Amino acid sequence: MMDYERLLTDTARNLKPSGIRKFFDVAEKLPDAIALGVGEPDFKTPWHIRQAAIDALSKGQTRYSSNAGLMPLREEIARYMERRFTLKYDPESEVVVTVGGSEAIDNIIRSVISIGDEVLIPEPSFVCYAPLTELAGGTPVILPTYEKDGFKLMPEIVKNAITEKTKLLIMPYPNNPTGALMEKEDYEKIAAVLKDTNILVLSDEIYIELNYSKSKPFSFAQTEGMFDRTIVVNGFSKTYAMTGWRIGFACGPKQIMKSVLKIHQYGIMCAPTVSQYAAIEALKNGDDDIEHMRENYNMRRRFLLDAFESMSVPCFEPKGAFYVFPNISAFAENSEAFCNDFLEKAHVAVVPGNAFGDSGEGFIRISYAYSLDHLKKAVDRFEKYIKKQS
Amino acid sequence: MNIKEKVLRFLETDCRYTAKNIADAIDATEQEVVDVIAGCIDDGTILGYKALVNWDKTDREYVSAMIEIKVQPEKGEGFDSVARKICAFEEVVSVFLMSGGFDLTVMLEGKSMREVALFVVEKLAVIDGVTGTATHFVLNKYKDKGIIFDEREKDTRVMTEF
Repeated sequence: MMDYERLLTDTARNLKPSGIRKFFDVAEKLPDAIALGVGEPDFKTPWHIRQAAIDALSKGQTRYSSNAGLMPLREEIARYMERRFTLKYDPESEVVVTVGGSEAIDNIIRSVISIGDEVLIPEPSFVCYAPLTELAGGTPVILPTYEKDGFKLMPEIVKNAITEKTKLLIMPYPNNPTGALMEKEDYEKIAAVLKDTNILVLSDEIYIELNYSKSKPFSFAQTEGMFDRTIVVNGFSKTYAMTGWRIGFACGPKQIMKSVLKIHQYGIMCAPTVSQYAAIEALKNGDDDIEHMRENYNMRRRFLLDAFESMSVPCFEPKGAFYVFPNISAFAENSEAFCNDFLEKAHVAVVPGNAFGDSGEGFIRISYAYSLDHLKKAVDRFEKYIKKQS
Repeated sequence: MNIKEKVLRFLETDCRYTAKNIADAIDATEQEVVDVIAGCIDDGTILGYKALVNWDKTDREYVSAMIEIKVQPEKGEGFDSVARKICAFEEVVSVFLMSGGFDLTVMLEGKSMREVALFVVEKLAVIDGVTGTATHFVLNKYKDKGIIFDEREKDTRVMTEF
């Protein structure tokens, strides 16, 4: 008789499972339920990008690529980083194509974190950073962010968290789940704290093109003095509605990228080749698609913000990604209680804010990667629900 | 793309979008969008707002047909005079001047194949300048105005760990 428990490592056994799925499992059983939880675009991958993949398949371009990715793709990525952010990367040694942004994050953390090293992780944020840190033997150090600061990372919080063991700072902006954006001047304040340290920055910029502020998208690596200490992670999932293609990339100093590539090589071999051909087309001819999707998201974002304002539900204005993060603390004891009750009574499934870290308590995440009609229905139910509550 | 093109693109996608919705999307003011729409209506850029109906979902008896028409062009008028006469019939849904082996494509709707056939024979074929017609009945509509019929897409996205 196998004793599987004895086989599992303590780290794997102790990884926290997500408690979110239960809301959506319940929602799926309610025929009239409305879900607002999905974190992926509702748009299809633009046709010309799909066509490029079909062409690649027709030509039989289905073999392994080089480990770091097809050179034409790495060259396009380098051109994109220069064109959009004035950042120069050598496609030969400073760009690695990965299986989505998530693999890049994992490989970077595993490249620099060993037992006892500390990783600074702003929260609320995407749920993978802390578990991946733990799997690498490191210690996650949580940096809370607050509604009063627009969920931006405050420099004093970073400063107070730095110890001799700190090796890596995660910079997850534009942010999932809050939609918060860090702008040039915000980054400069963080840069001032990091200036005389040996801390590397992993800037997760997967939502960077979904920016609704007046200023152009700005990468942390553009911040004065930060280029050499930053690895930018980006991908095609959110920008070009290519979630299922599993294709992302990382750009950074070659000394680190060499190790990222080694881990990628042993763990993955290479990103899916057909997806890489599609990604080349996306970068070459996809700017109009980005604008089209960004404008549609912006319409929905403002629709939701206006709706919350008219219902007197506090909701800070998110300037990026495709989420709003309203404060529901006036309506329930905690986020989970709200989500349970809201699902039970109004048949709407949303994600409790504390799923993204303790500082998300009192909030819910609403994705607007849904049609305006869908959002209107949901808002209607929200309004009726809170009227009954008060 | 200028503001006019952007507004038109949104309305072409879904004419239920309000001026406020479009203004929100493109970072314009609501008044700017209202003015663009009013200008487009005035100058005939926007000609109407219609729902795209799949009549197969109803009990309505109807039939659609595409008629290829050969026309002897008139001096100084070309095909315009004949095309305008055809446009005047209420049964005619659309009229296009074509390149290739015939001159006009006319889309028609009627209650039955017989009604459409009679219309072609009695109303179109007899117009001065029309030298030939070929009638093709629509058997099934798969896609129209960019919308695929009978394919109400379900949201197949699953709840991943975000």
